[in-house]
Amino acid sequence: MARIIHKTQLSEDVFRMRLEAPLIAKERRAGQFIILQVNDNFGERIPLTIANADKEEGSITIIFQRVGKTTKELAELEEEDEIPHLVGPLGLPTHIEKLGRVTVVGGGIGVAPSYPIAEAMKAAGNHLTVIMGARNKDLVIMEEEMSSIADELIVCTDDGSAGRKALVTEPLKELCESDTPPDMVIAIGPPIMMKFCAKTTEPYEVPTVVSLNTIMVDGTGMCGGCRVNVGGEVKFVCVDGPEFDGHQVDFDNMMNRLKSYQTQEKAKTCKLEKVGKTTNLANPRE
Amino acid sequence: MHHSPEKLSQSAKSKLAELAEKEKLTTRDRKGIERQEMPAQDPIERGQNMCEVALGLSPEQAKLEALRCIQCKNEPCVAGCPVGIDIPGFILQIAENDFKGAIDTIKKSSLLPAVCGRVCPQEEQCQEVCTVGRMQKDVEKSVSIGRLERFAADWERENGALEIPEVKPETGKKVAIIGSGPASVTVAADIRREGHAVTIFEAFHRPGGVLLYGIPEFRLPKGIVDLEIDTLRKMGVEIKTDFVVGRTRKLMDLMREDGFDAVFIGTGAGLPKFMNIDGENLVGVFSANEYLTRSNLMKAYEKEQADTPIYDSRKVAILGGGNVAMDAARTALRIGAEEVHVVYRRTESEMPARLEEVEHAKEEGIIFDFLCSPTKIHGDEFGRVKSMELLRYELGEPDDSGRCRPVAIEGSEYEMDVDTVIVAIGNGSNPLIRQTTDGLEVNKWGNIVVDENSRTSIEGVYAGGDIVLGAATVILAMGEGRRAAAAMNEYLS
Repeated sequence: MARIIHKTQLSEDVFRMRLEAPLIAKERRAGQFIILQVNDNFGERIPLTIANADKEEGSITIIFQRVGKTTKELAELEEEDEIPHLVGPLGLPTHIEKLGRVTVVGGGIGVAPSYPIAEAMKAAGNHLTVIMGARNKDLVIMEEEMSSIADELIVCTDDGSAGRKALVTEPLKELCESDTPPDMVIAIGPPIMMKFCAKTTEPYEVPTVVSLNTIMVDGTGMCGGCRVNVGGEVKFVCVDGPEFDGHQVDFDNMMNRLKSYQTQEKAKTCKLEKVGKTTNLANPRE
Repeated sequence: MHHSPEKLSQSAKSKLAELAEKEKLTTRDRKGIERQEMPAQDPIERGQNMCEVALGLSPEQAKLEALRCIQCKNEPCVAGCPVGIDIPGFILQIAENDFKGAIDTIKKSSLLPAVCGRVCPQEEQCQEVCTVGRMQKDVEKSVSIGRLERFAADWERENGALEIPEVKPETGKKVAIIGSGPASVTVAADIRREGHAVTIFEAFHRPGGVLLYGIPEFRLPKGIVDLEIDTLRKMGVEIKTDFVVGRTRKLMDLMREDGFDAVFIGTGAGLPKFMNIDGENLVGVFSANEYLTRSNLMKAYEKEQADTPIYDSRKVAILGGGNVAMDAARTALRIGAEEVHVVYRRTESEMPARLEEVEHAKEEGIIFDFLCSPTKIHGDEFGRVKSMELLRYELGEPDDSGRCRPVAIEGSEYEMDVDTVIVAIGNGSNPLIRQTTDGLEVNKWGNIVVDENSRTSIEGVYAGGDIVLGAATVILAMGEGRRAAAAMNEYLS
């Protein structure tokens, strides 16, 4: 059980919640994630990256986008409500060290999980460049937080409504070609963005870490649903990751695997929307 | 041939009446009683539902089956039982209509009779050595000890006679148990009985371990597991779910900072093995662990209600020949697959699965493909499984395990159209605890090394079950748990 201490809506479909989770707050390191379940009986378990933690308060922060049934239900919960199940921190922490110049690329909701990593890289003494991408200005999140830690912040939107009208790979390429190329790139966002970030940096041989968010059930290595091909080897995102060498990840296979249940999920969401018009099924307590 | 439960009960009734006229039953009379068939749901009907397949003996059938036991003096069955239940004792009580006495006798040695009566491989344990079976040179003619155990346990539950074991006065000692499967549950009860405080840490949101996520509802109803866990709670055992030891808190922190005097590691064998063949990461290839966890723990078979999806399959291949393979095959059928194949490298006689499970699977229409194994899985343009390439095998010389080694026949490649492949070839040891606990000795397979008292290389830390044994059975895990608990109680006193 985890009480919701604070809830804010960052954009139309993006929410931030601070949850009471003292043990997780104490143990977690940048790059780790949690799994939560909103409906005790028939709910599904979904992984979400820990965006921040406060040991003193005993809280963690999650940021999520309302996309599927569970995230819709989660968004319905209010402050002081309790999330029935929360487990973590899971996965291996990011390897943080002083490398020189580090570029963190966050795309869409991926900005949230990239924040603690950017923060830790900065704290380790690196020069920090942050590239943030979103479809439009309403979907840009955490700009203030990022600008407070980044030595350089580049905002890109697909339509140019905020920052540069560009994909994140454009400024990334420019950085790689500049006199001060990054010593490491960390890219977190939609799979397709991570794939192209890795492709962009590859010719320049800039080490590029990506953080994968695959389908998962238990999150402790037991089911293998999260497996990915990394450099020809099978790896489990939950225990070997979530971060991997972006130049080694088979993104196409990973993206196919993410679509494993697409038909079922679509059918469920349609049904939910139909039912939702008359009664609120999304929140079981109403 | 399937017989209805009513018919089975009726014929048992008549036979009992016939025997009642005799003053004393001779061994010959007892030998004349046919082994009582387990009433089961109709094979075709049950393929469409998740309800328990085996329905349990009726009281008449149980009494009659109990009368088959000749109460031999040397009691080989007791030695064949990993937890040493007084088998002739409880069988005699059933024969004498003392069902309460029978369950009390069982519970002196086993904590989970309703579970073990259902899932123990009795034909390799107590029933394998049964004198009645030996006399007739057929293990299938042994007394059905497991079915009688289940009968007694079900009788107790259904008649509201469940008793909470007595707990000695509090000792002030604290024990942490990691995992909540059969080994852990046994340890928890045995240690709690001595008056020590016990906390179970479970990674999932519900306790029960493999009994819950692994074994399907149609073989072990989850209500039974929940009741067993409930008994532990009533004894005062604290259960913390959503708690991954090694991540949420490290094992040594439990001892150094949280004041636990001893720890038992019963985390099970939780790392699925794959075949390491091409195409194994295609969409539609699952570990049996994943497939079964989705269906069992996450209730994905309740397609309307459950949020966790399960793959829509038409033609499924299960790779492997153990009990987990049978569970996966029969689950796939119930989820709605039209055709389910079990693909196994050797022949039926080498299959590790229980005969009963294999027969149930066959009755339900599962197809068995022996002496073949896939070399490659092919996908379509969306990266989804569309077929499998296989090689045929023949049996060669026996290997170290005594089973004949399968040898590939060159040039025997053939293809099989499938849309789903479920890999059920076993589990390795989960690395979470060993990676986060310095000084914990493991062997080359990653299993925790223990001495004859279940002690690990760290003082006060014990381990048992599949994390020590490699993948084994529920009852062996319970036997390990019993041994560990005895040593831990000794250590704490």
